[in-house]
Amino acid sequence: MKCRKCPQRAVLGMPRHNTAFCGPCLTEFVRAQVQKAIKAQAMFSPDDHILVAVSGGKDSLTLWEILLKLGYRADALYVDLGIAGYSERSHEKVERFARDVAESCGSKLIIHTVEEDAGAGIKELATLVKRPTCSTCGTIKRYQFNRVAWENKYDVMATGHNLDDEAARLLGNVLQWQEEYLQKQSPTLPASVEGFSKKVKPLYRMTEREIAAYAVVNRIDYLVEECPMAKGAKMLVYKDVLNRLEMESPGTKHRFYYGFLDKQKNTAATSSSSMTAMDQTTLLPCTTCAQPTTAGTCSFCRMMARAKSATR
Amino acid sequence: MKIHLSHPTRDAELKGPKRVADIFKELQLIPEAFLIIRGQDLMTEDEIVADGDSIEVRPVISGG
Repeated sequence: MKCRKCPQRAVLGMPRHNTAFCGPCLTEFVRAQVQKAIKAQAMFSPDDHILVAVSGGKDSLTLWEILLKLGYRADALYVDLGIAGYSERSHEKVERFARDVAESCGSKLIIHTVEEDAGAGIKELATLVKRPTCSTCGTIKRYQFNRVAWENKYDVMATGHNLDDEAARLLGNVLQWQEEYLQKQSPTLPASVEGFSKKVKPLYRMTEREIAAYAVVNRIDYLVEECPMAKGAKMLVYKDVLNRLEMESPGTKHRFYYGFLDKQKNTAATSSSSMTAMDQTTLLPCTTCAQPTTAGTCSFCRMMARAKSATR
Repeated sequence: MKIHLSHPTRDAELKGPKRVADIFKELQLIPEAFLIIRGQDLMTEDEIVADGDSIEVRPVISGG
């Protein structure tokens, strides 16, 4: 298979675009797609200071690398979850990337260790508060990313969610008819109230396979192994179903999610100003930590209080 | 050919030469969820893996 842009051997076929690229042309294509996403969704400008949430996996390290290569000012936050073995290996990948790639761009890595902060790793915490590990992890990560971005005055927080993540999440939300989640499933969420950082997903135009290929071509040393806690996760089932459809009809994931975004664009309730107005009427500062919440005490503080009382 | 797979980590052997697309079929894997890597190079589905080659079948899907 030949590259569609130059005479070189292709390294990746992309049936959804009916094309194929060699390494350098793939790199150019992916970076252009990310730049297009940033502009189309008004994510940030070159003057903004960005905080990238990194895990050591392909998506977040690739996102950090692309933002730096595109000339953006991007630091990163790694949350060490304290999962035996896995966290050490992911931590090492992130540290190595920061040292070998990011530092020379003037970019820094911030590390938050769950065990130091909460007195236990994620698995133990989940057991203490009697919640699934993935939901405990989600609550902690969302809270800490927002807290660090807000306290350190970053203009925007970026995550490595890709087209597969967004299409799978959309499928899950539609299957359960979770309309309140559908309203907030956008590649850009505004900093709607005091204490909330703006959140963006610059990789939403790229599939997981395209991102992994970019990482291999550009020698990004990421952690290939899956989080051991993700075994049996619903998202993996949704992704598998969507990939089977994709094989039958290339472009399915793309059409599903982009079609949703097109419809969302024409819905007043999901515009940035409507979301901001809605948040301003429903969110108040948490009585414990002051981060915005719909309840008196936010879910993170409630969870930490439950964990503390369980250890007494 | 020697094939290294992940999630879970395991090794397999197949008789070569074989097209990458046929390796996917034989292992009953969905190509959209994997990359095939020989050495440090990605391989497209029409490429041939020789009998003596070693390849990695790398999953690209994460729990996210």
